[in-house]
Amino acid sequence: MSGNIAILGYGLSAIGPGIGIGLIFAAFINGVARQPEARGVLQGIAILGFALAEALAIFGLVLAFVFK
Amino acid sequence: MSVNLLGAVDLAAAGGDGGGFHSPEPAEFYQPLIGHGDWAFTRPMLLLLISVVILAWWLVATTRKAAVVPGKGQWVTEGFYNFVRNDVARDIIGSRDFLRFVPLLFALFTTILLNNLFGVIPPFQFATFGRIAFPIALTLIVFIWYHAVGIRTKGGWNYLKSMIPSGLPKPIYVLIIPLELLTYFVTRPLTLALRLFGNMFAGHMLLLLFITGGEYMLIHGGPVLKVAGVGSFVMGFVLTAFEALVEVLQAYIFTLLAATYIAGSLADEH
Repeated sequence: MSGNIAILGYGLSAIGPGIGIGLIFAAFINGVARQPEARGVLQGIAILGFALAEALAIFGLVLAFVFK
Repeated sequence: MSVNLLGAVDLAAAGGDGGGFHSPEPAEFYQPLIGHGDWAFTRPMLLLLISVVILAWWLVATTRKAAVVPGKGQWVTEGFYNFVRNDVARDIIGSRDFLRFVPLLFALFTTILLNNLFGVIPPFQFATFGRIAFPIALTLIVFIWYHAVGIRTKGGWNYLKSMIPSGLPKPIYVLIIPLELLTYFVTRPLTLALRLFGNMFAGHMLLLLFITGGEYMLIHGGPVLKVAGVGSFVMGFVLTAFEALVEVLQAYIFTLLAATYIAGSLADEH
């Protein structure tokens, strides 16, 4: 079986951020469901958390290409 | 790995690049225009110069005759400026001394936004921050800035002391001090640069992959692959829209984090 182990590494590294982003937006939806007026405040925090968690997945993707 | 789909063409034919599909590679991001080698004048450099000219012309032109009732251009510029000034600078740095940093944050935001958007605008179509040197340059500016702010407001030794929380049992300090120093001097600038670079690089790579792959499958594929080629183009379209969103988001995140680091340097408590 031939292929590229770097891509395998990327796949493994994407598990964590996937779960993390899911948790962040689950908390966001819960917060807005309990108190719809807080949507504006929570949206900024949700977007910030999303970008920070996604950064790790992006590192994995970039390094998978770099270390091919 | 070769893929056989009901008599379609082998995509990764015989060792990758022979007569088959040539997948996009990181080396393709180096596109010299004048000269070759380390000191070439490359395409991202040209795009950065163009973006500076466009930004300077736009900002001067829309604020030249600043009226109390704004015209369209002035309204757009004021929208961006108010966004950076209020939502980013004032909310994060605090209303006391945020005005000093608004020019830096506004410059960062507009530069990153325009250069990122070059990734999806047809004549340019290359995100200049997809080459690691450009985010490194911006990160250096932010890095020097927030350390300089901390040292100037608190004095050198106090600034270093303020990085470490007080009132902890002594043995934990052995662990905490290297950790905090690592965070302040290594992790923050590294992740700041890599986040911007990674997002732009990955986005551009995805677009390249879907569009060139779709084109290859449409033209050289069997009947089933032709359908997949159309699907690939549709994905390319969707990803362009997604890429535009990510680009705006990354500009905002970079500015937000720069403001957060500056606020952390200014803060009195830890």
